[in-house]
Amino acid sequence: MAETVRRRGRTGYLLIIPGALWLLVFFAFPFYSLIATSLYDPTGSDFRGYQMTYAFGNYVDVVEAYWQPLLRSLLYGAIATFFCLVLGYVLAYAIAFKSGRYKTLMLVLVIAPFLTSFLVRTLSWKLLLADDGFIVNTLQLLQVLGDDGRLLATPFAVVAGLTYNFLPFMVLPLFASLDKMDYRLIEASRDLYGNPVVSFFKVTWPLSLPGVVSGTLLTFIPAVGDFINAELLGNTNTRMIGNVVQSLFTDANDYPAAGALSVILMTMILAMVLVYVRRAGTEELL
Amino acid sequence: MPSGPSVGPQSGRGALTRRRLLQAGGGVAALGVAGAALKLPFFGAAGAQQDPLQCRASDVSSSAKELIVSNWPGYMDPPRKKTSTISVFEEQTGIEVSYTDDIGDNAEFYAKVRNQLGSCEPIDRDMIILTDWMAARMISLGWIQPLDKDRVPNLRANLIKPLQGVQWDPDLSYHAPWQSGLTGIAYNAAKVDEVGSFTELLTRSDLKGRVTLLSEMRDTMAFMLRVEGADPDDFTQDQWENSIENLRGVVASGQIRSFIGNDYMNDLAAGNIVACEAWSGDVIAVAAENPDIRFVVPEEGLSLWSDNMMVPNQAVHQENAEAWIDYYYQPEVAAKLAAWVNYICPVQGAQEAMEKVDPSLVDNTLIFPDEEMLATTFDFMPLDDRQSIDYERDWASVTGG
Repeated sequence: MAETVRRRGRTGYLLIIPGALWLLVFFAFPFYSLIATSLYDPTGSDFRGYQMTYAFGNYVDVVEAYWQPLLRSLLYGAIATFFCLVLGYVLAYAIAFKSGRYKTLMLVLVIAPFLTSFLVRTLSWKLLLADDGFIVNTLQLLQVLGDDGRLLATPFAVVAGLTYNFLPFMVLPLFASLDKMDYRLIEASRDLYGNPVVSFFKVTWPLSLPGVVSGTLLTFIPAVGDFINAELLGNTNTRMIGNVVQSLFTDANDYPAAGALSVILMTMILAMVLVYVRRAGTEELL
Repeated sequence: MPSGPSVGPQSGRGALTRRRLLQAGGGVAALGVAGAALKLPFFGAAGAQQDPLQCRASDVSSSAKELIVSNWPGYMDPPRKKTSTISVFEEQTGIEVSYTDDIGDNAEFYAKVRNQLGSCEPIDRDMIILTDWMAARMISLGWIQPLDKDRVPNLRANLIKPLQGVQWDPDLSYHAPWQSGLTGIAYNAAKVDEVGSFTELLTRSDLKGRVTLLSEMRDTMAFMLRVEGADPDDFTQDQWENSIENLRGVVASGQIRSFIGNDYMNDLAAGNIVACEAWSGDVIAVAAENPDIRFVVPEEGLSLWSDNMMVPNQAVHQENAEAWIDYYYQPEVAAKLAAWVNYICPVQGAQEAMEKVDPSLVDNTLIFPDEEMLATTFDFMPLDDRQSIDYERDWASVTGG
């Protein structure tokens, strides 16, 4: 008996090794290097090299300089996540309960956009929302937009792009949650005189919470750090934190500042996720 | 004997619980960090400066007839044709050219090769083509091999006057201009009246939100400095700060739609923007199909720049690269290339040679600029590494905020 327990335990650890090595090489080392870079002497350069001076002031400097895009990213990420949740829930619900024999087809359609590149998908929004394009012209005709109104290069376009690009990350976990739900529970709540609204909020919604939590996480985290949408669909006043990190790193070669900003972003997201997961009802959900 | 067996398999000491897994993972990570800390691999970074005379590979050009070139897109006549400039070069010299257009952005290319060139490693290219300021930076970092003067006589004989004697490499020891261009204004005449100056671009209300500026700091700031009345070739810190604040105000007002590197001509042609800061060659290419797109020499002047051929450290086919430079500095070859790429041809005598290639381009001042145009051109002063970081940071705070 003791032997089997011990052996099983050892197998467990052996099985962890590949994953742990992977994390070590592709997460722990880069992250360590990122933190080290963020503490380099800010007056260094590629010519002179960088001294490690534990320059925690880098963090203060970048927050002071870039708090606006930082907050903006969180805001855009949150709005996009909200729209993803609303749209994704309807979609996932329809696929799980109403699609009948078209279920597989609809799932394939949700995933299909992934077959083209992220960049191409975002660029095609540029065509859709173009100033002389069909959508803008129609909205102008309907007087929703003024004559020189536009959609491209507005916060609307950025959030719409984010919502579109990350929608599948919301739909799939929601679908997984809803699909494995026992539909008889909903029928039971109807039998017990729950109207559709009540049974949705008392039965369906609570049972789908694991999907909601993982869906919102999978959407929010990449959306906050995204820079492609802001780059292609935004204007100069809609830049997100990803754009700032990118331009500090590649254009300004200001590695300490770029590093500090990245660490701040990671820490903020991690903190928010931890609080969120705690509040949303913890481990069983995940 | 240990009392282990008394617990069930679920909570057994050896069984895998989340907590243990995390502890183990944490332990492994901590170990990794500790191990790394012993050698401190990322603790501080050495300067990336190299000595090109030390950091060179032995040249195998005579035995290996190959040449690896990295260039920008749209900078070469279609190489597949038998009569293309590359094919003729290959035929004349027996050198097989591997040509890639994988340079789309100076800063990005720098980031890509920084680790290799900064530590004297080869980048597997014999020739790279970069814009003045980046060429200057790489030369001062010691990443570029000096050219053998005797192997590039045509370069020395045929480089046009305005491109001679640049501050960062006055005697052409390290670089040879591939193509040059002018930065100015492009506008869509079907939508707005002529935009004659950079000041108009920044202030005219009928352009609001339909203007793009170039995303490379030197391109745009040179004009901002001109607007301020300063000389981009030689300006003070105060003038710089005024120009940056001026631009910050313009951005906040919503005049500028975006800062953009390559796609602005698509936006201009599609009607998303009506005017923009633009590079001459891009405008000519689009204007050929859409006559409403026009290039303007702004009242503030024109900025003249070049993209320059250079041989990076550790290149193994330097002699072949020099043969290539010398080949492209023959007026007939240069004219043939210029007829295709539409940028300013840096080769003296190509204008006369153009008579035979395409007579309609002989008088095109955006390929062969006249004295009058060149009188108004300016350049951006060379920045040392610290200035460059500070200015780029100011720039990022305006364009990225």
